[in-house]
This record gives sequence, structure tokens and C-alpha cells, in this order.
Amino acid sequence: MEQDFVMLSLPPLVIGICAAVACALPGNFLLLRRQALIGDAISHVVLPGIVAAFLLAGVVATGPMMLGAAVAALIAAVLIEAIRRLGRIEPGAAMGVVFTAMFAGGVLLLEQSSASGVHLDVQHALYGNLESLIWLDGWGWGALLDGQALRGLPPELLRMAGVMLAVAAFTALFWRALVLSTFDEGFARTQGLHTGALGFALVAVAAVAAVAAFDAVGSIIVIAMFICPPAAARLMTNRMGRQVAWSLGFAVLSAVLGYVLAGYGPLWLGYQNALSAAGMIATVSGIILGFAALLGPCRHPGGAPRGRGAE
Amino acid sequence: MAGGWRWRKWAARRQGKIMLWQALTLQLGYNATLVTLGAAMLGVAAGATGTFLYLGKRALVSDAISHSTLPGVVLGFMVMVALGGEGRFLPGLMLGSAVSAGAGLLVLTWLTARTRLTEDAAIGAVLSVFFGLGIVLLTVVQGMSAGRQAGLETFLLGATAGMLREEAVVIALGGALVLGLVMLLRRPMVLVAFDPGYAAGQGMRLRLVELAMMGLALAITVVGLKVVGLVLIVALLIIPPVAARFWSERVGVVVVMAGLIGGSAGYAGAALSATAPALPTGPLIVLVAFALFLLSLLLAPGRGVLAAGLRHLRFQRRVHLRQGLLALAGGQPVYEPLTLRLMRRAGLVRADGVPTEAGRAMAARARLDERRWQMLRSDPAFEAAAARYDGLTPLAEVLTDDQIAALDRGLRPEAAV
Repeated sequence: MEQDFVMLSLPPLVIGICAAVACALPGNFLLLRRQALIGDAISHVVLPGIVAAFLLAGVVATGPMMLGAAVAALIAAVLIEAIRRLGRIEPGAAMGVVFTAMFAGGVLLLEQSSASGVHLDVQHALYGNLESLIWLDGWGWGALLDGQALRGLPPELLRMAGVMLAVAAFTALFWRALVLSTFDEGFARTQGLHTGALGFALVAVAAVAAVAAFDAVGSIIVIAMFICPPAAARLMTNRMGRQVAWSLGFAVLSAVLGYVLAGYGPLWLGYQNALSAAGMIATVSGIILGFAALLGPCRHPGGAPRGRGAE
Repeated sequence: MAGGWRWRKWAARRQGKIMLWQALTLQLGYNATLVTLGAAMLGVAAGATGTFLYLGKRALVSDAISHSTLPGVVLGFMVMVALGGEGRFLPGLMLGSAVSAGAGLLVLTWLTARTRLTEDAAIGAVLSVFFGLGIVLLTVVQGMSAGRQAGLETFLLGATAGMLREEAVVIALGGALVLGLVMLLRRPMVLVAFDPGYAAGQGMRLRLVELAMMGLALAITVVGLKVVGLVLIVALLIIPPVAARFWSERVGVVVVMAGLIGGSAGYAGAALSATAPALPTGPLIVLVAFALFLLSLLLAPGRGVLAAGLRHLRFQRRVHLRQGLLALAGGQPVYEPLTLRLMRRAGLVRADGVPTEAGRAMAARARLDERRWQMLRSDPAFEAAAARYDGLTPLAEVLTDDQIAALDRGLRPEAAV
């Protein structure tokens, strides 16, 4: 049992937590900047990049695919901006035009590639396969101290953990600037902050987190974690620091609870087949958001808790 | 050898062209024809419906609606199997998807109205959570039917291969029905999209109209699931209206154009996909729509990029010519190369830069015009007219002859040209 857990469940659990945290952190700022749907857009537009990289490289390799995804995200950003400016179209609609068209291109490429003999799975891209990221060398808790066994950890784990740390470092380093430019861009500019560059950096960091998580756990978690934990946290408090803390707590809770429910829930009910962990994590985060929307102290449109004045 | 290979390639290409032509003229068999016509009907209805969402700046709501259909599709399948029926019966799945998309829509409106969350956050939350729940249920079905593939994955990206005749008919009829409702409800929907405050003042039930608008988008999503798939159906609601908006400033025209663009995308995309096995229908329809959007962005008169570029060029030429003429009138030489080239082409100056007879006459007229404008701008009586001064418009376009004559009394000496 103990060996099973370390071998089969620990790595996906850790990867899920890392992915959730890496997405929820920038999600807090995107939510307040009304750019919450960027996670949705990114996870759609990277598909053609990943497929094109796969077709060019000929193998399912992470390096080229990440590069392809990054290039696709960049192209999408340029296209959205160009269409918005040239056509004088509102940003939401411009985004909708670009991400659906690029996703369609990706699916078309994918069908063509599977027709030519090699196979790359659409469903893998959509809902990942967290469950398959197992650690064959993990013979027990002791393996965590065993250098030989540690080398056998799934590469996604290290990558996701690295991205999470990088995102956390970015947030910590630019905390004041990010908060300031999110709430009052004009004032931030008078303080000498480059708000444009900062906004772009935020989106770039979000894109990196999304692409890394997309590779490991599929796009559903990405979209859900960008929005649900920060949104639930927003209903709990008026302070930015506390909001981020709440959102991280919600993200970890969703990842753990979702993974456990998907993996063990059916067993408890007497079924054999495990459920989709990615889908369950998204569902749990939605349930948390539901509770926050019903009971959160700062849930009302005005923001302040009812019956008390603003702080 | 090489010749044989080349011939085969040529033959294959020719075969492809023949197939495409046959597909576009509906000669590729009964089934392909039905699918093509169904997709075209769907496209028309989606384009017309989407226009109201786009004008109300709520295009992305359709994204939440379409993703939240998934749990309903799977639940519908499970219920029908549990009742001992055929799980893939399309109307049953459509009913299920409508119920769950409706639930998603209610949650979305509730989150936006009752909590401090903004609409985009609510859209993202509904979209991801419902979709995640759908995926969970999908794995439940996979476990339930152990080995027997349910084939529900086709609803993610759409598939027309193996579509039944009845299904194509259901889709075409559904599209026609939605289109009819759009035509019936178009006036209140336009009013609410543009000016909700005024609409409310007219005694219109805002929530009811908005609900109808969203309900129609929901209906399109449900009807289009089978053909385009739930990830891409939103493209049919967004892209045609955005493209159509380039062509007109009138709502009625935009609705018709969006219907035309959506319809042609549906028709051409479905026809194209019938010509080869590895060409999925949904993505092709979306890509055709995107191509039509790009054409509109570039070529549309008025709002198009090309038209704007031409307008800019024409303006630039007028400024250069005017400034060149004023310089000539003042006896100053013109050095600016573009100005010189333009004036030479118009026959106003000779190759060596000396003004021609016509050039001198025109320069004098330009100078007179400029002097009159100066007079006019210093006279408070002409304040309204003075606001139209831009250094280019001839005064004759602003004032009547009598007014100009009155103005001329003020500048005697120069006026005697």
C-alpha cells in the first residue's frame, strides 16, 4: 500500500499541486485585470504550435513542443493585437476569433498527422494524463532519499516544480509593482513603473505556466486553476496578500482532493475504474468556488462584508 | 519511373479537383449532400444569432455555453443506456446538452449579478468547471461500458462521418427554427444590445430579452454539437458577425451578412471535408469562416484595412499638393520630392520645377482660398463655418457664393485676380 502510493500516486499528486499553484499565482492578477480568459485562450492556441513542432521534429519530445507552443502563443498575441487595432474590434471578440481559428488549424494538422501514420492524441492535449506520470523506482518513502531512485522521477515533476518556483519568484520579486499597476495603472506610471512591460511580463509568465502545465496535466486544469481559486479567494477577502494566500490554499486543496476523489472515490463506492483526475480537480475547484460564492464574506458586488463599513 | 510518379501525382490532384467540384455542387452522394446543406443552414442561423451577442459585447458568453454542454451530453447518454435504449440517439443527447448548458448559463448570470466577480471570470469558471465535470462523467461512461466505445468523444470536435440521415435533417430543421426565432425577436434584441437603459425605459423586460438572446445561442450550440463539436461551435457564433461588421453600419445588413458568411463557411467547409477522409468538418468550417473574416478585414469598404490605407494615401496627396501650390503662390521654390513628383504628374510644374500656366492659375486660386479662410476665421460671424477649417477643404464647399462675395469685400486688393 505504502509502495503503491509512493510509486503511483505521489508523483501525480505533486505535479498536480505544482501545476495548480503555478497557474493560480498569476491568475490572481489576471482576474483583477479582467484578463481572466487569457488562460482559456492560451490553452487553445498552443495546440497548432505543439502539433507543428511534433510534425517537424517527428517525435514526441518535450523541448520542441514547448518551443512550438511558445511560438504559437506569441503569434496569437500578435494576431489578437493586430486584429483589435486594425479592425477596431473589442478585445473579447478579437480573442474569440483568433483562438478558435488557431485551435481549428491545430485539429486539422493533427488529423493530417494521424492520417500519415503517427499518432498524437487530441484527448491527451485536452485533459492530459496525470495518472500516467508514475515513478517506477519509488519503492517506498525511503526512495525519496535514494539518489538512484530519484533519478527515475518523471521529468514532468522537476519541470513543473521548476516553473512553479520561477512563477513564485516573479510574483515575490515584482509584488509591489504588480499590485500597484493592477489596481491603479495611472498612479503606477507616475511612480516610474513601466506598466506596459509589466503587463506583458505577467502575460508571458502566465503563458509559461500554462504551457508547462498543459504538457503535464492537460488544458482543463490550466483554465480552471487560472480562474477558480483566485475567483473564490476574491470572495473571501479585500486584501491582495490574503487573496493570494487563500487562492494558493484553494489550489492545493483542489489538486489533492480532486486527485484523491478521482483515484480512490470509485473504489470506495465499489467500482474498479478510476476517473479523470484532471476533470475531477477542475470540478472540485468549481465546488470550492460555489461555496465561496454562497458564503464568502466579501461575495457581494460592493465588495465589503455586509453590515460593516469598508476597512 | 519518375514519369509514372509524376503522372500519378497529377492524376491525384486532378481527382481532388473533380471531387471538390462535385462536393461544392452537391454531387457526392446523398449523405454528403445532406450534411453540406445541414451545415450551411447551421452556419446561417449561427451567424445571425451571434450578431446580437457581438453587438452586445458578450461574444465570449457563447464559449461558456458551449463547454457546459458536455456533462449533459454524457448524462443524456447514461440515462438513455440505463433505460435500455440506444445511447447515441441524437435528440436525446441534444436535450441533455441543452439542460446542462442552461444550467451553466444560469450559474453564469447568477455569478455575474450576485457576486463581485466580473463576467469574464464567471465565463472562465463556468467553462472550465462544467467541462471538467463532463470529462469526469466521460470516464465514468468509459468504465461503465467496458470496452464498448461510446463514441461520445466526437462531440468534442465534431464528426460528420457516419452521420445518419435523420441527424442531418434534425440539424437543418433546428437551424431553420433558430433562424426564424431570430427574425421574430430581432427588434427587441437590437435595442437591448445597443442601449439597455433606453430599452428598459420603453418598458421592455431586459432580463427576458437577454435570456432569449442567450437561449438562441444555446440552441445553436446544441444543434451544432454533432457537426462542429463543442470546442469549435463558438467560432460559428463569433467569427461571422465580426467579419460582417466590417461591411456595414446597419444592424439589418450586418445580420444578413453574418448569416451569409456563416452559411458559406458551413457549406464550403462541409463540402471540402467530404472530399478526403483526413479532413475533419468542424475545423474546416471554422477555417473557411476565418478566411472570410480576413478577406473582410482587408477588403471591406469603409472599415477595411485596404480602404483605410487608400484613404490615408489620398489625404497625404491632397496635403502635399495644397502645400506645394501655396508655396508656388508665395514665389517660394518647392524642394520636397513627393510634392514635386505629385505636382509634375498633375502638370502644375515643369520638369525643372518652374510652374506651368495651369500651375500658376491654380496656385493663385489656392492662395485666394487660403486668404478667404483666414478672413473667415478672424470674423466671429462665421464661427460655425470656421470650425470646419482643416487646411484642405475649399471654401466653396462650406459657404454659398453670396457669402463668399460678402467675405471678399474685406480683402479687396488680393481678390482682384
